[in-house]
Amino acid sequence: MTDVVRLEGIGKAFLGVPVLRGVDLALRGGEVHALVGENGAGKSTLLKVLAGVHRPDTGRVVVRGEEVSFAAPRDAQAAGIAIIHQELTLLEHRTVAENVFLGREPVRRGQVDRRAMEAETRRLLGSLGEDGIDPGTEVARLSVARKQVVEIVKALSADATVLAMDEPTAALADGEVELLYRLVRRLRDRGIAILYVSHRMREVFDLSTRITVLKDGAFVTSAPTAELTTEQVVRHMVGRPLDTLYPERATAPGEVRLALRGAGNDRVRDLTFEVRSGEVVGVAGLQGSGRSALLRAIWGVEPFTTGTLELDGTPARVTGPRTAVRKGIGYVTEDRKGEGLALRQSVRDNTLLVRRATSRGARARRETDLRELLASVAVVARGPHQEVRYLSGGNQQKVVLARWLAVRPRVLLVDEPTRGVDVGAKQALYRLLRDLAADGLAILLVSSELPELIGLSDRVLVLREGTLAGELPAGADEETVMGLATGHLVGEPA
Amino acid sequence: MTRLRLADGTAPVLVVLVVLLVALAFAGPAYSEPSGYLALLKRAAPLVVLAVGQYFVVVSGGFDLSVGSLVTAEVVIAARLVDGDDADTAWVVALLLGFGLLVGLVNGLVTTKLLVPSFIVTLGMLLVLDGAVFLWTGGAPRGALSPSFRVAGRGGADVPLLGQVPWSVVVLLVVVGAAVWFMRGPTGRLLVAVGDNEKAVHLAGGRVDRLRLLAFVLSALLATVAAILLAGFAGVSAQVGQGLEFRAITAVVLGGVLLGGGRGSVVAAAAGAVTLEALFSLLNLLGVSGALESAVQGVIIIAAVAYAARGTALRHLLPHRKTTVDST
Amino acid sequence: MSAVGVAAGRLPARHRAVAFTPVVVVYLALAALLVVGSVLVALDGGVLLDHGGVLNILTRSTVLGLVAIGQTLVIVTGSLDLSVAYLAGLCSLIAAETMAGSTAMVVPGVLAALAVAAVVGLVNGLVITVLKANAFIATLGVALVLRGYLEHSYTGPAGSVPRAFQHLGYDRIGPVPVSALLMLALAAAAWWYLRRTRTGYHMYAVGGDVDVARLSGVRTGRTIVTAHVVCAVMAGLAGVFLASRLGSGAPYVGTDAGYDLESIAAVVLGGTALAGGRGGVAGTIGGVLILATLDTIFDDLGVNSFFKDVVRGVVLVVAVALYARRRHTGRSS
Repeated sequence: MTDVVRLEGIGKAFLGVPVLRGVDLALRGGEVHALVGENGAGKSTLLKVLAGVHRPDTGRVVVRGEEVSFAAPRDAQAAGIAIIHQELTLLEHRTVAENVFLGREPVRRGQVDRRAMEAETRRLLGSLGEDGIDPGTEVARLSVARKQVVEIVKALSADATVLAMDEPTAALADGEVELLYRLVRRLRDRGIAILYVSHRMREVFDLSTRITVLKDGAFVTSAPTAELTTEQVVRHMVGRPLDTLYPERATAPGEVRLALRGAGNDRVRDLTFEVRSGEVVGVAGLQGSGRSALLRAIWGVEPFTTGTLELDGTPARVTGPRTAVRKGIGYVTEDRKGEGLALRQSVRDNTLLVRRATSRGARARRETDLRELLASVAVVARGPHQEVRYLSGGNQQKVVLARWLAVRPRVLLVDEPTRGVDVGAKQALYRLLRDLAADGLAILLVSSELPELIGLSDRVLVLREGTLAGELPAGADEETVMGLATGHLVGEPA
Repeated sequence: MTRLRLADGTAPVLVVLVVLLVALAFAGPAYSEPSGYLALLKRAAPLVVLAVGQYFVVVSGGFDLSVGSLVTAEVVIAARLVDGDDADTAWVVALLLGFGLLVGLVNGLVTTKLLVPSFIVTLGMLLVLDGAVFLWTGGAPRGALSPSFRVAGRGGADVPLLGQVPWSVVVLLVVVGAAVWFMRGPTGRLLVAVGDNEKAVHLAGGRVDRLRLLAFVLSALLATVAAILLAGFAGVSAQVGQGLEFRAITAVVLGGVLLGGGRGSVVAAAAGAVTLEALFSLLNLLGVSGALESAVQGVIIIAAVAYAARGTALRHLLPHRKTTVDST
Repeated sequence: MSAVGVAAGRLPARHRAVAFTPVVVVYLALAALLVVGSVLVALDGGVLLDHGGVLNILTRSTVLGLVAIGQTLVIVTGSLDLSVAYLAGLCSLIAAETMAGSTAMVVPGVLAALAVAAVVGLVNGLVITVLKANAFIATLGVALVLRGYLEHSYTGPAGSVPRAFQHLGYDRIGPVPVSALLMLALAAAAWWYLRRTRTGYHMYAVGGDVDVARLSGVRTGRTIVTAHVVCAVMAGLAGVFLASRLGSGAPYVGTDAGYDLESIAAVVLGGTALAGGRGGVAGTIGGVLILATLDTIFDDLGVNSFFKDVVRGVVLVVAVALYARRRHTGRSS
């Protein structure tokens, strides 16, 4: 079998900092090739070289035996290479068909041939078994999973023979991932070469036929998936074994910090549970089961309308983030860049954000403990003046945690703390959360990565369709959790 | 940590300013002694005060296009109400500040509560103020300012070594000093954070609407102060505030403040205003026609923004946020 | 299992066809304004929509309409043009001075004015795309340069247009000025351009999200420059038309009428989002007609002309507040 695309010795530096150093990669038709590596290993940059966004400093890009040089994304498109970027690249207020053909609209007698565009879009959607999507619908009206489908159709409509996907499941709920798997397999069977970038080992092993590992911008290894184990791949990625990924659990939880008694709103119903000081309580459930809605309700963004919420044994009314903070609740959002950090501001300003926003006078001005705060979460930065956008995902998340420590909360709500954080930094965050609990915090943790949730939590609450489906002790297995979450006692974990 | 740090984008405008000041010393004999520079600062004072106000709005992610018309309105109102009588000065100044407060509140409340982009709100306010002023005066302002009203704009205090220091320079220094103090405090830092990511500030327990409202109120109050200085300095006319909103925005942008919010220092914005005034003085000394002033202003404003954009292009590999006209 | 996440996509797609789009709202508001205005004027003892009234509304709409059509294109593309007012003045001068009263020079005069306009638009576009300056600042800068040139070179009206050319400004069919028909024809052309051609599609894409457009292979720079050139040419046409009505060129004819901010107001009034990516020419024309009708009603009622500015400011803010509200509730439902 011949290679459709070969990248040979690709090197790329930004402002003198090498990001890729002589990377080789070959893609074959009908193959799902997984590209893995820690954050900063150069996966996205390599993808952007393939997409024509960046020009390599050294090395060659060979497509079907001919060396090419892409000046812009449209050149890569013309060569049959389509990329699905990490963030969705759809225009919310245009229709499905307009998005699919963006930049390549068919023209007939001087104007865009909308009928042909919609017919072709319908055909493509149908060929993927997705005829439920109307080509004339505005994209803003579609669910995230369906947007992902549109994204893939958009890539395919350019007669792509190579499809590169950068973390395609990052925005998807657990239940929606299956849909993507099905699509990827169908495309592979059509003979399309697929480059699949992901952090999630299970996806990589479920889907790929070959795995290439990058580390620090350099090629480490490439081998058929069947010849590798998860442990081997992770070792290649981090360069050291991660035998103790999860810290040890607490010994004895303290008194009840947070309690819900029959609490509910229009997203969640009739929730009753307690979280104690020193505990990490995990919340599992499918997307839409009310996991994040539960945290946002406790935090007062969409408050509970029924039942009671008790803090340290006394009923409390939390009507918004401001009262929540004042009552000793902290919240780490799942959307770190969108709603967590002010990216252009310094580490200092982000760390002191909550304190400044919620207290007055001398308390609001207090900065003397800044170094102590940053040291307690072990942020690696050039200094308190560095803008947070220049930090890695893991360090950004530590700044978010430090911001909450600055106001000494009693309850910490944590939503997807390790999203977009590489394996090594994940371990540090797990350690940190556990230490915070040991210091007396009550932590309520939401994560869509089941191994992480189970590995870190003292107990796991499982939500299904807005209600509490069950509670599992530490060390429950993934199948039991999924069984409760889906309502099927035994089912294939999705 | 206590060492003085220049905020991002401050250095270039200071360099340009120093170059201009040196050039002024060579071009005009008046600038061989402090009084020349004091006169320059006196001329620049109204614009500096306006630029500081505009800075608050811009850095929090908005625009205030109404300040020029507000200045005109304040001057016209003052002339009509004071009508040359010193006894009326005090309450009229209080009334002007009250009027400024009202305009700022309306700008801020419509922006935050009705979710209208500030560009449109303040454009509407500009039309309303312009129309109202002319409606009230019938086209030509009536009345006159009292001598005590004009002291702030034209008077001064005698200081050894420096000679006469104009009150407007004192006002300028007080305003800039207070603004620096404010921006170093928690509320000031939050204001910049709002311009960067208002959701993050909201989720951190901050009152985003109040902060943005505060920016508009400060802008309108400082426009009132600028109006009082300008009235004293230049006298009463219906054109006194014309184009000042754009000139203030130019000054702020020249100071490296990012349109759309989230970045820039107030010192740089003030320096931008002085730079603009110094440039006009220099052009004047070199005999360039006053008519070309705006052309020069146009060229430097483009150059300043292009320079700033080139700087960010270098950091292009990092995730960048789009700059739209209005972040709301 | 995928049904959990997919359910949200099952909204009836046809539903929006009957919904109150901004364009529908604008024309309903215009109709309401005409009715209310007619009643008010009738109570005052006059008739709003008589021969003179219709003529008045359409004449007022012509120049602002021309400028606003161009402004719509740049705003849809996510940009903005603050230089149109000075440009209209400049083009009126170029046209009138080139013609210098000679009928033979009409065509060269018009072409020269439009060529200069196109160059200015090109400069706007290039400053934004190549120098990466914010559109607000870039076009403000160009506006200031134009102003400096006008202040430096002119003190008052200059040049003259031949009598034949003045027909453009004054001829009419019944109560309908020929120039208004030309403006509407250009509006229709611009509508077609935005809604039917690839470049039009790309303007919406660039205004919607410039990064997405670029990653999808759209030539974003070229699209932005095109929008600015078209916008400038429309402003140039407005200048040419003004010269034909005035008989000569006038440096501040555009700025005295505030066409820069006024045209933005008309576009926004017509339901086009200031951030770009949504809206269109049909709404803009509605916005222009509303502004012109308001003026005419006030004239008929003998209201002080400065009061118009006040009402205009209020109408603008209220309209945008209503759109913002609709968009907001639309999103959360």
